[in-house]
Amino acid sequence: MASKFTRSNSTGWLMAGPAAALMGLFIVLPFLFAIGLSFTNQRLISPNPTQFVGLSNYSQLLGVGLLTLEPERDDAGEILRDEDGATSYPALRGYTRNNPDFPQLDGMREWFSFSLGESRTYVLARDVVFAKAVVNTIIFVLVVAPIQGGLALVLALLINQKLRGINVFRAIYFMPVVVSIVVVSLLWRFIYDGQSGLLNNLLGALTFGAFPRIDWLGNPSTALGAIIAMSIWQAVGFHMVIWLSGLQTISPSLYEAAAIEGASKWQTFRYVTWPGLRNTAVLVLIVITMQAFALFAQIDVMTSGGPLDSTQTIVFQAVERGYGKQDISGGSTISVILFVFVLAISLLQRWLTREKK
Amino acid sequence: MTSLRLLATSIAITTAMSSAAFAQTTLTMWYHGAGNEVESNIVNQIISDFNASQSDWVVEMQSFPQAAYNDSVVAGALAGNLPDILDVDGPVMPNWAWSGYMQPLQIDEAKIANYLPGTKGVWNDQLYSIGLWDAAISLVTRQSYLDELGLRTPTLAEPWTGEEFMDALAKAKESGDFDYALDLGTAWTGEWYPYAFSPFLQSFGGDIIDRSTYTTAEGVLNGDAAVEFGNWWQGLFNDGYAQATQDPADRDNGFNSGKYAFSWNGNWAALGTLDAYDDVLFLPAPDFGNGSKIGAASWQFGVSAASEHPEGASAFIEFALQDKYLAEFSNGIGLIPATASAAAMTENYKEGGPLAVFFDLSEAQALVRPVTPGYVVAAKVFEKALADIANGADVQDTLDSAVDEIDADIAKNDNYGF
Amino acid sequence: MAQISGDNHGLRLAVRYTVLGLIALIFIFPLVFMLMSSLKPDAQLLSDTRSLRAFLPVGDISLDNYFDAFRRAPVGLFIFNSVIVTGVTVALTLFICSAAAFAFVFIDWRGRDLVLTLILATLIVPFETIAIPLLLIASKLPWLGFDGLTYGWLNSYQVQIVPFIADGLTIFLFVQYFKDLPGELIEAARVEGASWWQVYRRVVMPLAGPVLATAAILKFLVMYNQYLWPLMVVQEERYRPVMVGLQYFFQLNRAWGEIMAYLSLITVPVLAFYLFLQRAFIASIASTGVKG
Repeated sequence: MASKFTRSNSTGWLMAGPAAALMGLFIVLPFLFAIGLSFTNQRLISPNPTQFVGLSNYSQLLGVGLLTLEPERDDAGEILRDEDGATSYPALRGYTRNNPDFPQLDGMREWFSFSLGESRTYVLARDVVFAKAVVNTIIFVLVVAPIQGGLALVLALLINQKLRGINVFRAIYFMPVVVSIVVVSLLWRFIYDGQSGLLNNLLGALTFGAFPRIDWLGNPSTALGAIIAMSIWQAVGFHMVIWLSGLQTISPSLYEAAAIEGASKWQTFRYVTWPGLRNTAVLVLIVITMQAFALFAQIDVMTSGGPLDSTQTIVFQAVERGYGKQDISGGSTISVILFVFVLAISLLQRWLTREKK
Repeated sequence: MTSLRLLATSIAITTAMSSAAFAQTTLTMWYHGAGNEVESNIVNQIISDFNASQSDWVVEMQSFPQAAYNDSVVAGALAGNLPDILDVDGPVMPNWAWSGYMQPLQIDEAKIANYLPGTKGVWNDQLYSIGLWDAAISLVTRQSYLDELGLRTPTLAEPWTGEEFMDALAKAKESGDFDYALDLGTAWTGEWYPYAFSPFLQSFGGDIIDRSTYTTAEGVLNGDAAVEFGNWWQGLFNDGYAQATQDPADRDNGFNSGKYAFSWNGNWAALGTLDAYDDVLFLPAPDFGNGSKIGAASWQFGVSAASEHPEGASAFIEFALQDKYLAEFSNGIGLIPATASAAAMTENYKEGGPLAVFFDLSEAQALVRPVTPGYVVAAKVFEKALADIANGADVQDTLDSAVDEIDADIAKNDNYGF
Repeated sequence: MAQISGDNHGLRLAVRYTVLGLIALIFIFPLVFMLMSSLKPDAQLLSDTRSLRAFLPVGDISLDNYFDAFRRAPVGLFIFNSVIVTGVTVALTLFICSAAAFAFVFIDWRGRDLVLTLILATLIVPFETIAIPLLLIASKLPWLGFDGLTYGWLNSYQVQIVPFIADGLTIFLFVQYFKDLPGELIEAARVEGASWWQVYRRVVMPLAGPVLATAAILKFLVMYNQYLWPLMVVQEERYRPVMVGLQYFFQLNRAWGEIMAYLSLITVPVLAFYLFLQRAFIASIASTGVKG
C-alpha cells in the first residue's frame, strides 16, 4: 500500500544499502568472478599469463562417452572366458589411449558398465572422480533428507509429551547441533575406528562377539553410510525443534475432536497432525537439502574423499582442486556447476511443493 | 657561545649515535614449528644468537603449524605478504621458485661444500634453499624378531631382495605374534606417501615423472615396472601384511608396543623406538631390482622473492649453518645433521651412535623426489593412486589415470618451463 | 499448545522414560567420551576405548592434558580471537540485517523487489564455492586502519568479520518476522510524523526480541565453528581462531589427550552458554520456524 507515508527512496536505500553492498561485494562479486575464472586456466599463483580457454574446463569435467564392445572370440568364433568364467572383453585401454579411431574417447575412464546380451556397454567419463562426487552428493541428499527429516519428526513427537523433565531431554537432543562439525568429526573417528572403535566394541558386546570388526571409514561400501549416520546425528536436533514448533501450533481442539470420535493413534497422526505440518515439512525439506549439498567438513577431516572415492563430494572436489592443487579455474568450474545444480533442485522443489489451488 | 656550541655538538653526536642504534632492520621469518616445542626452542635460540651477534638485523619469527604451513605461504604470496625468510620443504621448493615466491640465496658456497646433497635446494642451477638436516627412512625391526623368525640380517652392502622381504613378511604373519607384519604408516596421509613409498616404485624401476624430460609421466608411472610395483603394493594389503587404513595412534605407538614386526619409518621417530626397546635394528630398504632407494630432502631455509633485504636474510641463513646448531637440531628431533663434522658432535650420529647407520643409508640410497614445479600436483595425484590401489582399485587403470592427470597439469602450465 | 498428555500408569511411565533416556544416551555419548578422555593420559585413553571405561573417569585422571595443551598452543589467545570475531560479527549482523529487512518490509522504494530477490537467491550459493575467489578479492582490498592505508585483508580481524555480516538467511529470518508484525503500529507512528529511524528504533526493534535471539544464536554458531575460511585467510598466530588452532595438535606424534583437552576447552563454553539459555534458544528458533 504505497503512500507518501511508506515511500522513501533515500531511506530505503540507506537502510538496506549496507547489507546489499556487503553481499554484493562478498557474495555476488566472488560468484561472478568464479564464473569468469571457469572460462580460463587461471592458477592460484603462476608466472604464466592467464588464458581464455572457453568451455574446455566444462568439457573436461562433464565429458561422457559411450562404448559398446563385443566379447573376445577365439578363431572358432567361441566366446573366450577368463579364469572366473566371466566373458572376456578387449581391454578398454586400447580404445581410450592413443587410439586414432576414437579421438573423442581419449583419456576417458570407465565410470560403470552393464551387459546387454553378449555385448557390454561402457559408460565412460572424462573425470570419473568428479562423476563419483556428483553421484555421492546426490545419494547423500536423497538419503539424508527423508531420514533426517523423518527422524526429527519422530523425536519431535516423542518430545511433545507432557512429562516431567521433558525439557531436559529436549536440551540433550539438541546438544550436538551446538558442537562444531569438526569436533564432531574428530570424535566420531574414534567411534568408527576399525580396530578398537567404540562402535565395533558395542556391536561386539551386544552380539557376544559374533559381529565382525568393520573398518567403517576404510571400507568403500560403509564409508558413505558412516558419514551419513554421523551427519544425521549432529543435525537432527535442529530439525526436531522446527517440527516441534509446527506441532505446537496445531489446535488442541482438533485433537479433542479426534479423541471423541475414537480415532487411533495412527489415524490421529494421519488426519490431524500431518496436514497441520505441511508448511513445516516444506521448510525442513528445503533446509536439509541445501545443507546436504554443501557437505564438506566431515569429508575433509575424516576420509579426504576416500576410500576409492566413495565419499567424494562436489564441494570437497571444488576445494581440493582449487586450493589443494592450485587449479582455481577447475575449482570455480565445479562451483558454477554446483550452483546450477542446486538452483535447478530448489526450483524443482518449489514447484513440487507449491500450493495447489 | 662555546658552551652552546658544545651543547649543540653533543646533541648532534648523541642523535647520530642513537640513530645508528636504531638503524637495525627487522627481518620477518616464517617457520613451520608451531606446536612443536623442541624445534621452536632451537630456532628461537638461533634467532636470539644472531640478533645478539650483530647490529644490522633483527629477526622476528612467526610460527605456523606444519599441517597448514604450505597453504599459508601460498595465501601469503597471493596477498603479497610473504616474510623475508621462510622455510620450505625440499621437493616443494621448485614450485615456489618457479612461481616467483623465492629468490636465490646469497651465501658463501664454500660453507656448504660438505653438506649432504639432499640438503641443497637447487633449481635452474641456482641455490634457492639450504637445509640444516636431512631425513631418511629405514625398515625398523628388532634383532630378536629376526632371530625368532629365522631371517638373515641384511646389510647396506647386501640388502634384502624383494623375495627375501616378502618371505620375511610371510613368516612374521604366520608366527601369529603380531597384529600385522608391516607398519607402513598409511595413517600419515599427505607428503609421507610420496616420500616413503615412491622409493619402492623407484626400486622396481618406475618413477613419478620421467626425469629425462620432466614433461610427462607416461611410461614411468604406468609402464611395466610401475604396474609390477602396483601389483606388489596391492598384494601387501590383499594378503594381510599391512593395513590400508590405519589408526594414527597405531602409527605413533604400534611398533613400540609390539603390534608390528617391521615398521617403515623415518629417523624422526627413531628416538622413541630406541626408548622402547634395546635391540632395535635400522635395516636398509629392500632391493626390488633397481637398487635400494629411500627418500631425501627435508625442510630448508630460503629467501622470499619480495624481500627487500635479501642480504640480511641470507646473512641469517648463513649464520644458522654452524655445526653446533646442526648438532642441536639433530639431538632434539633425531634427524641427520647436514655435515659429518656436526654428526660427530651429536649423541646419535657420532661414530657408533645408535642412529649413525642413517647417515650411511642416506649417503648410499637417497634419491630426491622429482625436482620440478609440477611436483606439488604430482605428489597429490600419486598419493591418491597409492591409496586407491591399496583399497583394491585396478592397478593399470589407476596408474593410467594418474599419468593423465599429471600430464594434463604439466601441459596446462606450459611444461613448467622445461 | 497442543500436547499429548502423558499416561501416568507407572509402567508406561517407566517405559517412556527409558526410551527417552536411551535416545539421550545416543546423543550425548561422544561428548562424554571427549570429556573423560581429556582427563586421561594418552596410553590409557587409547586402551580404554576397548571398553566402557571410555566413558568413565577412572584410572589415572588429572588435568595434565589441559596444562600441556596450554603449553603447546596459545589456547587463551585463540579463544579470545574467536570471541572477538564472533561477538563483533553478531552485533553488526543484528543491526545491519534488521535495518535492511525493515526497509524491505515497511518502506516502498525503487528497486526494492529486485534487491530482495537477489539477496534471497544467494541462499543457494554454498560458501565453499565462492571461498577461493573471495580469497583473491580479500587479498587485494584496501583498509584504513591504525597503520594508514594498507592493502590486503589477510591475517586480520576484518577478513574474518566483514564478509559475513550480511547474509541471506539472517535477512530472510528478519523479513519473515517483520511481515507478521501488526502493520497498524507502523502506520500509526508514521502518521504521527515519526521518521523511519524512529519507527525502527522505537516501534519495531523492541518487538523483535525473539528473532534477534534466533539470528544471534544462529550467527554465533556459524562464526564460532568456522573452519574453512580461517584456515585459508589467517596464518599469523595473532589472529587465529580456535578451529585453526586445532592444527597445532596434529604434529607427527599426536597427543590425543591434549587434543581431547583442547576440544573440551573450545566446546564446553559453547555448551554451557547453550544450556544456560536453552529455553530461550529453542523457543526462538521454533517461533520463526513455522512461518516458512
